[in-house]
Amino acid sequence: MSSAELPVLTAAQFASDQDVRWCPGCGDYSILAQMRRIMPRLGIPLEKIVFVSGIGCSSRFPYYMNTYGIHGIHGRAPAIATGLKAVRPDLQVWVITGDGDGLSIGGSHLMHCIRRNMDINIVLFNNRIYGLTKGQYSPTSPLGQVTKSTPMGAIDNPLHPISIAIGCEASFVARSIDVNIKHLAMVLQRAAEHQGASFVEVYQNCIVFNDRAFQYATDRDTKLDNVLELEHGKPLVFGKNREKGIRLNGLDPEVVTLGNGISEADLLVHDERAPEPSLAYLLSRLRHEDGFPEAIGVFRAVDAARYDHELNRQIQLAQAKRGIGDLEKLFHTGDTWTVT
Amino acid sequence: MTTSAGSAPRVGLPRLIRDIESATVRFAGDSGDGMQLTGSQFTNTSALAGNDVATFPDFPAEIRAPKGTRAGVSGFQVQFSAEEIYTPGDKLDVLVAMNPAALVTNVSDVVPGGLLLVNEDSFTDKDLKLAGCSTNPLEDGSLDGYRVVRIPMTMLTRKSVDDLGLSVKLADRCKNFFAMGLVYWLFGRDLTATLEFNQAKFGDKAEIARANERALRAGWNFGETTEIFELGYRVAPAQLAPGTYNNIMGNQALAWGLMAAARQSGKDLFLGSYPITPASDILHELSRHKNFAVRTFQAEDEIAAMCAVIGAAFGGAMAVTATSGPGIALKTEGMGLAVIFELPMLIISVQRGGPSTGLPTKTEQADLLQLMFGRNGECPMPVLACRCPADCFDVALEAWRIATRFMTPVVILSDGYVANGAEPWRIPRLADLPKISVHHPEPKDKDDETPFYPYSRDDFLARPWALPGTPGLMHRIGGLEKEDRTGNVSYDPENHERMVTLRAEKVERIADDVPLQQVHGPQQGEVLVLSWGGTFGACATAVDHCLRQGLHVAHAHLRYLNPLPANLGDLLPQYRKILIPELNRGQLRMLIRAKYLRETIGLNKIQGKPFAVQEIVDKIQAIHDCQEPK
Ligand code: SF4
Repeated sequence: MSSAELPVLTAAQFASDQDVRWCPGCGDYSILAQMRRIMPRLGIPLEKIVFVSGIGCSSRFPYYMNTYGIHGIHGRAPAIATGLKAVRPDLQVWVITGDGDGLSIGGSHLMHCIRRNMDINIVLFNNRIYGLTKGQYSPTSPLGQVTKSTPMGAIDNPLHPISIAIGCEASFVARSIDVNIKHLAMVLQRAAEHQGASFVEVYQNCIVFNDRAFQYATDRDTKLDNVLELEHGKPLVFGKNREKGIRLNGLDPEVVTLGNGISEADLLVHDERAPEPSLAYLLSRLRHEDGFPEAIGVFRAVDAARYDHELNRQIQLAQAKRGIGDLEKLFHTGDTWTVT
Repeated sequence: MTTSAGSAPRVGLPRLIRDIESATVRFAGDSGDGMQLTGSQFTNTSALAGNDVATFPDFPAEIRAPKGTRAGVSGFQVQFSAEEIYTPGDKLDVLVAMNPAALVTNVSDVVPGGLLLVNEDSFTDKDLKLAGCSTNPLEDGSLDGYRVVRIPMTMLTRKSVDDLGLSVKLADRCKNFFAMGLVYWLFGRDLTATLEFNQAKFGDKAEIARANERALRAGWNFGETTEIFELGYRVAPAQLAPGTYNNIMGNQALAWGLMAAARQSGKDLFLGSYPITPASDILHELSRHKNFAVRTFQAEDEIAAMCAVIGAAFGGAMAVTATSGPGIALKTEGMGLAVIFELPMLIISVQRGGPSTGLPTKTEQADLLQLMFGRNGECPMPVLACRCPADCFDVALEAWRIATRFMTPVVILSDGYVANGAEPWRIPRLADLPKISVHHPEPKDKDDETPFYPYSRDDFLARPWALPGTPGLMHRIGGLEKEDRTGNVSYDPENHERMVTLRAEKVERIADDVPLQQVHGPQQGEVLVLSWGGTFGACATAVDHCLRQGLHVAHAHLRYLNPLPANLGDLLPQYRKILIPELNRGQLRMLIRAKYLRETIGLNKIQGKPFAVQEIVDKIQAIHDCQEPK
C-alpha cells in the first residue's frame, strides 16, 4: 500500500472515545501513548488495524484505540488473533497481553502463535504481578517476592519472556521499558514492520501492587549501569561512561571494564540477524540479580516462513493445480448411482 | 432375512436364488483384519445395486489392541434393503467371523438359524486362548441353532496367491478380500466397483492389488463351486426417490454441508479444530478441499480452536469448530465469549460415551444438557441435532442460516453413530440449495457524523456484522457486559438485565423462523414417540412397525432443541403418553418437563450402542395398553 495516497493521520485520531481507566501513574499510559504515536508512521488506515487482548490490566488496551478491537478471555488473545489473521491477511493484528495473561493461563497459545510465526505483533506488558486481581504474584515475579498470595515469599522459579519467545523459534524478539519513550516507540515500530510474529516485552511499572520493580533499570542514577542497549552490528558496551562491556568467556558472558588491554574488539558484537538464536538467547539470560545489565532493544529479527502466508499460499496452489472447487463435481465423486 | 418370494436359478448366479426384502450382515475380525474396509466396500456395492443401505461401524478405542483378543474385535454392520430403511438392523442374518474373539463377542446378535461364516483356520489352541475360550465354540455345541459354515479362509487365501511370491504375512492380509468375495457371491453382488477400488487404492503396490483381486475372486468361486450353500440371495433395488445418489457418511455429509453453506452465503470456510474422536474426520475431509478456499487450522488445543473461530468470525469468515464432549468442556469459556460477541459461527459436537474420556469410539446422547446449559451466566445458544448421516448436510446449511440471520453462535449436535454411519444421499442440485443472505454494513463517509452502533438490532434482534477493514465502523467488542446499542463496557444494573434478556429473547425468536414440528402418524392418539438426534432411524422404524400392527402411535423427531418448535407445546397434549427414547438418562425428558410441565416416559440406554428397533417396539407395546399414564 502506498502511504502517499492516504490521508495523514495523527496520534489523536488513534484515540477512541473511551476514558482510559488505568491507575494514575501506571506504566500502561506510556505504552498507550507510544503506540498512538507510532501508528500514523505505519501508513496503515485505522480500519485495517485490530488490537486483540485477553484479561488483565494491559488487556483493556484495545478499548482505548480507535481501531477495530477485541477484548477476549484470559490468555486466549493469540488464538483469537490467529483465527482473525488466518482469514484476513490484509489486516494488521496486534496482541496486547501481560505476564499473567500471556505466560500463565495463556502460555500455550503464546508459544504456538510465536512458533507458527503468524504475522502478528505481540506486546507483553511485564509488571511481574497480577494487577487486576489485586496483587498476587505472577509467573515473572522473582523468587521470594512477598505478595498477597505468597506471604512468605514466592517459591516458584520465574519465567523469562524473552527466553521463552526464543525457545519458540521467534523471528522477532525485543524488549523495552515503559519510561524509555523514544526507545519504546522505536521498538514498537520495528515490531510493526517485521513480517512474522513480533514479540516485544515491555517492563511496565505497576504503581499500585509492585511499584519500582524495575527501579534498577529506570532510576537516573543506576539505569546506565543496569541496562544494555542493543544495536545491530555494535559491540555490547554499557555503563555511565560507556566504560563496560560484555565479553565471552568460554560459553559464558562476563562483564569487563574497557581499558587495561581490553578494547571494544574483545567484546561480543550484537547481530540481530544471526540465523542461530544462541546469541539472542544468551542476551536474554543477562539478569540484574546475577550482576549483569539487562538488554533492551531488538534481540533478534530474521526472516522465516509465516503460517498465515503459507495457509493462503496452499489455497492458491490447490486452486491452480485442481481448479477452483466445484461442489457439483465433488458431490458426484466416488461411486454414484441414479434412480429413475 | 425377510423372505418374500422364491425364483428360478439364473445363469452365472447360484443354482437357487431366493428373493429377500432385506438382510443384515456384520463383518467381524481383529482390528488389523480390514473389517472396516470390507464392510464399506460391501455397502458401496449394495448401494450401487440400488438397495437402501445403513451401516454401523464399531471399533475399539485402541489403535492396535492385542491381536486375537476380545478387546481387539472390530466390526462393521450393514443392512441393505429393497425398502426404505433407517437403521443398520437389530439382528444379524449373516455374521462373518474371522477369529474366535470375533465369533464369541458377536454371535448373540445373530438371529436364530442365522448364517455364521467362520474362518476355521484361526481356531487353533492359541487363538482360543487369546480369545479367552476354554472350549472351541465350533465344537462345544454352543452354536447349535445357527447355520455354521466353517471355511479354511487363511489356507484358501494363501493358495489363491501362492504364485505371486508374497510373504505369508502379506498373503494373510488378503483374507478379508476372500471373505468379501464369498459374501458378494452369496448376495449376487457385482465385483466391478471393488476391483476398481482395489486398483485405485493399492495400484501402486501391484502385487498387493493382484493378491487382493485373487483373494476376492477365490472367495466368490468358493461360494460358486462348493456345495456348501444351498441358496443364494437377492435383494431387489429399493424404490428410492428419483435422483443421483452417493453413499455418504455423517461426518463427510457435515463437511460437505458446511462447504455448501459457505457457497450459499458467499463466504470462505474456516475450520479451527483439535483432533478428537469421533469428530476428526470433519477436519480431515475439509483439509482436503483447499481449492474451495477452505482454510483448516489444527489448533494447539480445543480452547485455541474455539478462540481462533471467534477471531475468524470477527474477520467475516464462515467460522466453524468441530469436537466432542471433552472438547466442548474446554471450549466452554470461549463459547460464552461467542455468545456475548453475538457473532455467527458453528460449534459442532459429535457426541460419544462419557463422562470424561468415557467411551471415545462408542455413541451416546449425553451431552445435550452440556450444550444447552454448560456455560457460566445466562448464556443461550441455539442447538440443532442431526438425525442420520444424510441429514448432517441439511443441518449444516440450516444452522449457518440461523447463525447469520440471528447473529449468534449455533450448536450442531451429532453423535458417533451418525458420524460414522453411511447411507445413500440424494445429491441435491446446487440451484435447489437454500440461499443464505448475509449482510455487512457499508463503509461510512468521513463526513458522516452519525455514530455507528455495533449493538443496535434489527427485527430479528440481530446486531450488525461490521467487518474490520470497513472505513468508519471501527469498534471494539469484549467479554465485559456491553451497553445496549453502543456496545461500550457497562456495569449498569438495568442494562445488564436488559442485555441478558435480549440475548435470550433473540434465541427464543428463532422458533418463529423455523418449520413447525411435524408428526408422523395420527395427529392424536395413545402414544407419541418424541426423539432427537441419531435415534431417529430406530424410532421411525419402530413406530412404523407399531402403526402396521394397528397401535395408536405417532412419531415426532426434533431437529431444533433450542429453541424447541413453536407448536410443540400444543402437540404434546394430543397424546395420552409420551415416550422419549434417549441414549442417556433422560436429558430431553428433563427439558420437556421443565418447559411444558409434562410428565413423559423414558426409554434409556447407556451402553455405547444405538437402540435396536425391537427395544423401542417392546416399550411402545408395553405402555400402549397400560391404563395409567406412567
Ligand atoms: S493495578 Fe497496576 S498495572 Fe493495573 S492499572 Fe493499576 S497500576 Fe496499572
